[in-house]
Amino acid sequence: MQAVQLSEKAYWVGVIDWNIRDFHGYSTKRGTTYNAYLILGEKPVLIDTVKKEFFGEMMERIKSVIDPQKIHTIISLHSEMDHSGALVQAVEAIQPEEVYVSLMGMKHITAQFHKDLKLKTVKTGDKISIDQDTLCFVEARMLHWPDSMLAYLEKEQLLFTNDVFGMHYATAQLFDDENDEHLWLREAEKYYANIVLPYSDIVTRFLGQIKQMGIQPRMIAPDHGFIWRKEPSRIIELYGRWATQKPTKKAVIVYDTMWGSTEKMATHIADAIREEGCEVKVLSMHACDRSEVATELLHAGALIVGAPVLNNQIFPSMADVLCYLKGLRRKNLIGAVFGSYGWNGAPIDGLNKQLEEMGVSVIAPALKTSFVPDEAAYQSCRDLGRLIGKTLTEKVQ
Amino acid sequence: MIKYVCEICGYVYDPAIGDPANGIAAGTKWEDIKEDWVCPVCGVGKDQFKPEN
Repeated sequence: MQAVQLSEKAYWVGVIDWNIRDFHGYSTKRGTTYNAYLILGEKPVLIDTVKKEFFGEMMERIKSVIDPQKIHTIISLHSEMDHSGALVQAVEAIQPEEVYVSLMGMKHITAQFHKDLKLKTVKTGDKISIDQDTLCFVEARMLHWPDSMLAYLEKEQLLFTNDVFGMHYATAQLFDDENDEHLWLREAEKYYANIVLPYSDIVTRFLGQIKQMGIQPRMIAPDHGFIWRKEPSRIIELYGRWATQKPTKKAVIVYDTMWGSTEKMATHIADAIREEGCEVKVLSMHACDRSEVATELLHAGALIVGAPVLNNQIFPSMADVLCYLKGLRRKNLIGAVFGSYGWNGAPIDGLNKQLEEMGVSVIAPALKTSFVPDEAAYQSCRDLGRLIGKTLTEKVQ
Repeated sequence: MIKYVCEICGYVYDPAIGDPANGIAAGTKWEDIKEDWVCPVCGVGKDQFKPEN
C-alpha cells in the first residue's frame, strides 16, 4: 500500500472502498474513497482518518512514507464516522502530541467514542506552522455538519475540504485530469443534491468568505473522490451555480404503484409534459432509491408526486421519499400530486399539504382516480401534464 | 434588540430581520417567537440559543 504524493510535502494516505453500494441510504453505485492526508515536516500532520475497518490500510500507506509514530499532530476536520472511525485507533497507535478539532467536533467526537483523546479546539483563523509553511483553519459550520472545518496550507495553496467539494466515486486515478468528466460530474451532482443542498445559502456565503480570506487553492483535496489539481476552480464554480437552485424546464415525476393504475397516470402526465416542450423524468420507487430522486431534482423545476392509497394512508415508499426530500429543502419548485385509490381518496389530497410544507408551490388540486383510470381520467392526466408544462415554461423563461 | 445565536450551527437570529421564510416577521423580539420555532439552518429549538455577546 503506497501513499500518493500531491505536492512537495503532502501525500494522500486514504483508502478506496470499491464495494460500498449503500451509504446510509444514499446509493453509491461507483463506490467511494475515504481520503486522509499526510503533511511532512519537522512535525508531521495527519489530516482526517478513514472508516474504522480501513485503519490498517491507511497505516500501511503512511508507513510507505514515514514511521507513523513520527506524526506530531492529527487533525479531524469532520467527526462523521467515515472520517473519524479510525481516529481512536490512530491516536492510540501514533500517540500524537496534538489532536485538533473544531469546538463542535470536540462535542461530536466525545459523544461518539466516549474516550479522552486530549482534543484541542481550533477556530477560523487559527494557524499551525509546518516548517516554512502554515496550515490555517477555516470553520465551515453546517457544510454539512455543525463541526465541519477546512484547512489551508498557505504556501503550497493546498485546500483540505473534508466533505465539501467531494463525491462518492471510487477511483485509483486520484486526480481530476485522470478521470472521465461524464462519470464524475454525475457523482458530484449527486453528492451536492443529497448532502450539501439544504445548506446552499451557506455555500454561497462560504464561497464569498474564502475568496475574501485570499484563499486561492492550487489544489483542492476533499475526503471523498479525487483531488482537484488541473482545474480546482471548476468545482468551486459548480457549487456556486448549484447553490442558486435555479429551476429548469424539467419535471420529475416520482411515484409508486400497487396494481398499475398510478403508474398509468404517471405515463400520461409525463407524455403531456413532453408535448409542452419540457424535459421529464419518471421515477418509480420500485425501481429507484431516494438518493436518485434527489439527484434528478437538483436540475429541475417541478416535483410531481403520485401515490396509491393503502389502508387509508399513502403508499409507504412515497412517505419515505417525501420525508427525505423535505429534509433536503430544495427551493424554487412547482408541484402537483396524483394517484389511484379504491374507496378513500383523502390521503392523496393530503399529499398536496405535504408538498406545501416542503415549500413546493402547488399548482393544481390533487388528481385522483378510483381504481383503474378510464379515458376521462387519462384526459385529466394529460390536462394536468399540459398545465405543468405550461407553468414551467412561463416560470423558467 | 438583542440578537440570539444558535449554539449548534452559529445561525444568528436578528430581530430586525426576523425569519420571514418561517413566519417570523421583521421586528419580532426573541421573547415573542413561538416556542415551536426551530433554527432555520440546523433545526434545533429555541433552548439551544444564547444571547449574542
